[in-house]
Amino acid sequence: MPSPRTTIRTVGIPARGAICRIYCHVAWPFRSVPIPLTQSIQLGAVDWMILILYFTFVVGIGWSLKRGMKSSNDFFMSGRNIPAWISGLAFLSANLGAQEVMGMAASGAKYGMMTAHFYWVGAVPAMVFVGVFMMPFYYGSKARSVPEYLKLRYDEKTRTFNAFSFAIMTIFSSGISMYAMAKLLNLLLGWNFDVSLWASAAIVLAYIFLGGLTSAIYNEVMQFFLIVLGFLPLVFLGLRDAGGWSGLVARLDIVATQSHNVAGQPYAAGAWVSAWHHMGSPASNPMGVEWFGMAMGLGFVLSFGYWCTDFLVVQRAMVAENEQAARRVPLIAAVPKMLFPFLVILPGMIAIALTAKSGQTGFALPVKGNAYDYDMTIPLMLKHYFPTGLLGLGLTALMASFMSGMAGNVTAFNTVWTYDIYQSHIAPRKSDEHYLWMGRMATVFGTVLSILTAYMAVHFNNIMDMLQLVFAFVNAPLFATFLLGMFWKRTTGHGAFFGLLAGTCAAAMHHGLTIPVGAESLFKGGWLGQVLHLYPSEMAQNFWTAIWSWTTCFTVTIVISLLTKRLKSDEELRGLVYSLTERHDEGHLPWYKRPIYLGALILLAVTALNLAFL
Amino acid sequence: MRLDLRLPIGLLFSIFGAILVGYGLITPAEAYKQSLGINVNLYWGVVLCAFGGVMLGFALRARARAQAQGQ
Repeated sequence: MPSPRTTIRTVGIPARGAICRIYCHVAWPFRSVPIPLTQSIQLGAVDWMILILYFTFVVGIGWSLKRGMKSSNDFFMSGRNIPAWISGLAFLSANLGAQEVMGMAASGAKYGMMTAHFYWVGAVPAMVFVGVFMMPFYYGSKARSVPEYLKLRYDEKTRTFNAFSFAIMTIFSSGISMYAMAKLLNLLLGWNFDVSLWASAAIVLAYIFLGGLTSAIYNEVMQFFLIVLGFLPLVFLGLRDAGGWSGLVARLDIVATQSHNVAGQPYAAGAWVSAWHHMGSPASNPMGVEWFGMAMGLGFVLSFGYWCTDFLVVQRAMVAENEQAARRVPLIAAVPKMLFPFLVILPGMIAIALTAKSGQTGFALPVKGNAYDYDMTIPLMLKHYFPTGLLGLGLTALMASFMSGMAGNVTAFNTVWTYDIYQSHIAPRKSDEHYLWMGRMATVFGTVLSILTAYMAVHFNNIMDMLQLVFAFVNAPLFATFLLGMFWKRTTGHGAFFGLLAGTCAAAMHHGLTIPVGAESLFKGGWLGQVLHLYPSEMAQNFWTAIWSWTTCFTVTIVISLLTKRLKSDEELRGLVYSLTERHDEGHLPWYKRPIYLGALILLAVTALNLAFL
Repeated sequence: MRLDLRLPIGLLFSIFGAILVGYGLITPAEAYKQSLGINVNLYWGVVLCAFGGVMLGFALRARARAQAQGQ
């Protein structure tokens, strides 16, 4: 059995799959080409049946929604009449790409229970915040996109900055999704890379072209159930194999004491099963972060920045049938979100525990270089435990989640392109049919550009790394801009724009002046020549880059706002700023429909979960 | 009226369930060595059928209600 002692030395690379969903939307799970499989999986006829049946339904849903696509409002905004439970599950699902599922399982193996912070600290509180406090402005302003909100609240340049960076990022993300999927299918099933890529792109294109956002949302909900029902048996079987929860804990204690940190000291026995207990210093936990950097960097800046400002998810709440429903959307999504660690992180923990006793069970993670190949955790467990039949279901769930990752990005792209770039800069004042047509065209060329990005990923690894970094810099400060915009009416357009620029530069500077332990290229940091600080892990560096960037943006926005003249009157800011917006009386709603009660209940539940796995 | 999403979800998972149950019934026990000797196709197929059935039930009830209101 290869020693898990080497794990900490390679901290960083596979973890990007996990962190980047939050950090910059782009996961990058397959950097080098791992060949961990001795042979590819042979699908049985029944597996094929399940797979083909699913894709027939996917395209069928798009087809049946086609009749309803009469205006651009139908195509981009689903006519704003999607029930809250559907938008809620789509809100969650749009974020839950396959890269997240696979990345979180990989992190579960690598870091253990601490990975749950990405859910309990890094998602749920922000989802409650966006539902309770921010949705009234997004929904009430009647903005059709997040950049459009920036236009209404600030000015054209702030919107354009956000629209362009977002549009490029969505194309990039969906391209990466396609690339990762084609690569995985090639590895796992021996399918041809090009055929997998083009076929998946064609399916996504077909159902969005036909049914617009509604089609994407409906398919995301299907995919949600497919992921839950497709991966749940894996948790049951794995847990049973590991000797139940107590057997798992005992095995993970061995894993912990056999691994060591950068300084060569072994971890305490519980390091893989407790979420908080070992966060006093970066040296005592496998993630290499301390509680403050985690709570501020991940829990505040990155998580709020992603869930509150990213149009990919916010779009799902914006199309709810009314404001109350829109506010419930993120809250509904938060409930399954807080339970997801048991579905996606637990398999990773099981995998590393089984690897530790692989003599008895036969399941072991493959070795890549001097560490385990964590990225392959989920596919290999599917292969190991699922017989023909269930295997078809598991693989369908995996493919479905890759494709909904693409679809979510394509729908966000076509909306931002059509409304925030095409309509506002290229062709204003055209007929609604024209914009509907443009939306369909944007879907086509968005997909084509994604395919090109996927091929670029094959050939130029470094360009991808660089783009990913740049987007991370652009994204990190965004939440400060929204927070000030929504809660301080004095914030000006100039303040917002230059605050964003300053925050982006601060992120780049911080990254350029620091490196994580074991950095092997300039993409990991230190590219300004001078290294001022050494972080114990790449994740710690990411968290602190975000903290610096946010603080800079926050401060600069305030200073410049105070120095510049306010151009928007109170009247113009009504519905966009907290103090100028009348609150709707929700007293007539039953308690379970009132966001404030729901939000409090969810926070209580997530606190209980944290305490249970302290 | 727009497509009720519960209909395709219910239909799809019921069919998935039926396929797995059927396949689970005809496969010999040794096919399940890798899944710890448990006939997961059969059992999970039943779960999928139940889920699909509940979704279909909701969808059909909503449709019946809409029709009753229409008359």
